[in-house]
Amino acid sequence: MADSFLSIQHVKKTFGDNTVVQDFNLDVGAGEFISFLGPSGCGKTTVLRMVAGFEEPTSGSIGIAGKDVTRLKPNQRNIGMVFQAYALFPNLTVAQNIAFGLKVAGVPRADSDRRVAEMLELIKLPQFGDRYPYQLSGGQQQRVALARAIAPKPKLLLLDEPLSALDAKVRVSLRDEIRAIQKELGITTVFVTHDQEEALSISDRIVVMYGGKAEQVGTPFEIYNRPSTKFVANFVGTLNVLEGTVTDAATGTVKVGAGEVTLKGKLNGSKAGDTLSLALRPEAISLGRQAGRDATLGGEISEVSFLGSVIRVRVGLGKEAVSLDTFNSPASPPPTVGEKAEISFSPEDVLVLH
Amino acid sequence: MRSGRFWAWAAFIVGAAYFFIPLIATLEFSLRMRRGTYSFDAYQVVLGDPRFQATFGYSVVVAVFTIILGVLVVVPTAYWIRLRMPYLRPLVEFITLLPLVIPAIVIVFGYIRMYGSNSPLPFLASARGTDILLIIGYATLALPYMYRAVDTGLRTIDVRTLTEAAQILGAGWTTIIARVILPNVLIAVLSGAFLTFAIVIGEFTMASLLNRPAFGPYLQNIGANRAYEPAALAIIAFAITWGCMSVIQFLARYAPKSANRPN
Ligand SMILES: Nc1ncnc2c1ncn2[C@@H]1O[C@H](COP(=O)(O)OP(=O)(O)OP(=O)(O)O)[C@@H](O)[C@H]1O
Ligand SMILES: [Mg+2]
Repeated sequence: MADSFLSIQHVKKTFGDNTVVQDFNLDVGAGEFISFLGPSGCGKTTVLRMVAGFEEPTSGSIGIAGKDVTRLKPNQRNIGMVFQAYALFPNLTVAQNIAFGLKVAGVPRADSDRRVAEMLELIKLPQFGDRYPYQLSGGQQQRVALARAIAPKPKLLLLDEPLSALDAKVRVSLRDEIRAIQKELGITTVFVTHDQEEALSISDRIVVMYGGKAEQVGTPFEIYNRPSTKFVANFVGTLNVLEGTVTDAATGTVKVGAGEVTLKGKLNGSKAGDTLSLALRPEAISLGRQAGRDATLGGEISEVSFLGSVIRVRVGLGKEAVSLDTFNSPASPPPTVGEKAEISFSPEDVLVLH
Repeated sequence: MRSGRFWAWAAFIVGAAYFFIPLIATLEFSLRMRRGTYSFDAYQVVLGDPRFQATFGYSVVVAVFTIILGVLVVVPTAYWIRLRMPYLRPLVEFITLLPLVIPAIVIVFGYIRMYGSNSPLPFLASARGTDILLIIGYATLALPYMYRAVDTGLRTIDVRTLTEAAQILGAGWTTIIARVILPNVLIAVLSGAFLTFAIVIGEFTMASLLNRPAFGPYLQNIGANRAYEPAALAIIAFAITWGCMSVIQFLARYAPKSANRPN
């Protein structure tokens, strides 16, 4: 990609004979907010640390703004980074922490003071300049860490699970704040998380990682609605998987349990007799027939959980079962277990996992 | 419960007596130079003695250089081991303990054999060279205390994350050690420094065998030849040591409070 700002090409990393990252490729556009999402140990931190320069790739190259930085030391890369926790300098005040990078770069005192005031304003802690890190809450410390990272106007901002040590409420408000600041400054950002909700809510694009590889790169909408692999489909969101057998490849008819659905143009060259995994999100299934959702299957209600505004219903279809969500409505009581029921969905929404 | 408390007090009193009675006796004796009345005459004599001033001054200067050498050697070493080579820690701890096991006299005879005027490194050929050798020897003697103090200080901060945070902000090694690591272990370094000071001020073996005009040999010399002055000197030396200890205690209270307790 010609206009890519951060370019990671065929990067591989091994520790001893343990391959932790393999053939990792990614192009990030200027100003983009990218999340690395994946289970623990899949290599998110390792890729980020290679971008930062703390680890050297075993092979492959990393470029920032058109310049190859693969062998550059971390202090020569002009990158801002926020760590998981505990990374403020305990002997320095908040203002001195924020000014650290400016001082190292030799910014004159007056300019540095102005920039620090600006940063304190940006993170909404204008009165906190003279405090020490131990006098701040976890959320405040991470905001200061963010201010410290962006004060020297880095080309790239890296965040490695900056919110994971915080409690749920602070996590949500701070992630929105990070996104707002990122948009305001237009700084290219890579954000590591293993929380899918976090990744879906704030990213321009998400890289779903598994076993040291990028499984899929796409917008949150694409990742959620068009997962390209079984792993992505299972890892992101709740998913119903039905086993089906192709009965007629030409018309796209697939036998599921006792019923049949027609999936035109989705079979990708499967032949009659092949078995397929059909995946459906709970919100893509309705109870009863609904306009626009032409595929139907009959079954029996096996479980009803009342979740407040939403009711999650489990419907048994012979050997298989699916979960679906219906909205609660005060006027109509929820379905009861044991009732016969029909589910409907649009063939469009079915993900065929080969 | 009650008898438990009784025995605790009894043990405490016996221990305190064991510690304080000789001290009080020495103090009392040091005040009896003038016949029939208590006086500070012995102290006046000692403090007014030009050899006291010269040897004490010499030892203070040697102690200061020993501390500087110790800090320059120990802080980067302990830091690097925590950061990059934790597997070497047991080995380094063992090495730093050696000076406690090997008597100073063995070390100093080793020095005399190794660095004599005919050797490739003739430290002993000149007085200045011998001073340097003495400082190196003292730094070795103080190593167990200095290393442990600094290592304990480093344990209270997340060395790796702080280092990386500083690196990514553009800092090089000198800046990292001077602005991030050292200030956070300063109290630990100071307590190591005062221990070093106390050791150097009273050391006899090395200074005597290397024939340097240090305070230790002077103490010994006075002790062998006078009556009241050694008692006064003992009290003075004791006061200096205790002064150092109280300073350490006092400083510990001002250790930077850290939000960065990794464990
Ligand atoms: N310095 C190292 N030496 C050896 N193995 C390492 C090293 N750093 C990481 N690994 C291994 O590499 C793999 C990936 O680690 P990494 O920290 O990148 O995972 P992660 O995706 O960030 O996980 P988490 O979500 O738990 O932070 C792990 O199996 C880990 O044990
Ligand atoms: Mg990680």
